[in-house]
Amino acid sequence: MNNCFKYLLILVLFFSLQVDAEVIHKERSLYRNILVEDNHNLRCLKFNVKTSKSNQSCLYKNDPQRLVFNYTKLLFSGLLINNNPQKILIIGLGGGTMSNTLHQLYPNAEITNVEIDPSVIKVARKYFGFFENEHITSKAQDGRIFVKRAALKKQQYDWIILDAFNGDYIPEHLLTKEFLAETKQLLTEDGLLSANTFSVSDLYAHESATYKAVFGDFFNVRNRKNSNRIILTSQKPLPSAEIIAQRAKALKNSLSPYGVNIFEITSNMTSTAFDQDWPQGVKLLTDQYSPANLLNQ
Amino acid sequence: MGIELLGGRILAPFFGSSVHIWGSIITVFMLSLSFGYLIGGKLSTKNASLTRYGFIFLIAGIMVLPIALWSTEIMEVIFLTIEDSRYGSLAASMALFFIPTIVLGMISPYSVRLLVTDKEKSGQVAGKLYFVSTLGSALGTIVTSFYFVMLFEVNDIIYTFSITLILLGLSAILFNQYSQKSTQNIAKAIHE
Repeated sequence: MNNCFKYLLILVLFFSLQVDAEVIHKERSLYRNILVEDNHNLRCLKFNVKTSKSNQSCLYKNDPQRLVFNYTKLLFSGLLINNNPQKILIIGLGGGTMSNTLHQLYPNAEITNVEIDPSVIKVARKYFGFFENEHITSKAQDGRIFVKRAALKKQQYDWIILDAFNGDYIPEHLLTKEFLAETKQLLTEDGLLSANTFSVSDLYAHESATYKAVFGDFFNVRNRKNSNRIILTSQKPLPSAEIIAQRAKALKNSLSPYGVNIFEITSNMTSTAFDQDWPQGVKLLTDQYSPANLLNQ
Repeated sequence: MGIELLGGRILAPFFGSSVHIWGSIITVFMLSLSFGYLIGGKLSTKNASLTRYGFIFLIAGIMVLPIALWSTEIMEVIFLTIEDSRYGSLAASMALFFIPTIVLGMISPYSVRLLVTDKEKSGQVAGKLYFVSTLGSALGTIVTSFYFVMLFEVNDIIYTFSITLILLGLSAILFNQYSQKSTQNIAKAIHE
């Protein structure tokens, strides 16, 4: 009964929030419609009005440190592979939440944000508290070009976070075997790549097969509740379950202020070495063949 | 149009998918088509024949091939020389698409020349021709973007376009030679 009441309350709250949503900023950028919406205490960045899945980034205005989205929390699984990243590359800025949080966790780490849409960077600065300083930079550029140029300059990163796939359009050239090989070149010896991507649709199998072809086995990190999954790969072979458990213990306290429960995350990690959930012989995504948007229907 | 559409896919690995990519591609296609129309029209004034028409197709088919064969190498060089991805993508579209699209542009005015037999009907012929070629462009666009990219690799599509053009050219040349021979034979028969 108590439970029933709780759900009812959540439902009522949900609808009242829906009604009270207030658009505080609206613009049509070169790439999309950008909306910033305030819902009482919750502020969200949206790229499209109609679909409910179009929330790109949200924050609690009274507690900006606490992370709202599950997938953002899942990204912290990367710290189980390398718990002291000093050079971080984030492709796809959103509201800049990852950048801000990682700066708090690692004040000396050098963080580079790459975002194709200059308007998104402006909105993140103005409405989501995204900040830059001598350690944090942002660049308005296509992720693929940035990666190619960085490889030419022989730059290296401990952690590359690929978060460019939210919304209604998928940049197909950021899913291919060639692109993944280019990002792999940028990783340091202890480097890792986290990609926030899809867990439903036909694209799942193609994408998984492509990652495995480039990086070998990887971790799937997901939460049963939503359709995101994080692909977690590294330059070195994946660490064992014992090592992960040890690292999770060490990370627990530093991550809890952000609402990240690292133990829960470890329980949702599966290695493709033991659990390959896509058929053999699926066609890899390449620069020659990457109909990602058509597969993701 | 099919090739124009694939252009975006071909350039993306080196120059991204920003808006200026499409700016570059469309600019180059429009520019080269305009030159193609001019040259094709001029060419049609001297000894216009189905054989020469066939050769235009043949050359177009061959000029399309470098897109499939060497695009990566060509784009790599441009990527290394030009830092700004706007001018990089413009240079790359020039290098890859300028010449084949000029040759493809020559086809339309040359077709008008071959099809017009009666001055009175020239407008109608031109109208029909625009109808067919623009409808063909529309079809090429939708089939390529909706289905071909799902079924084939980019290079396979380019090769298919190229082979089709070459076959069309060859059949025009052969057809012309055959019909010339038969008219010669008839002339001979009458003469005898």
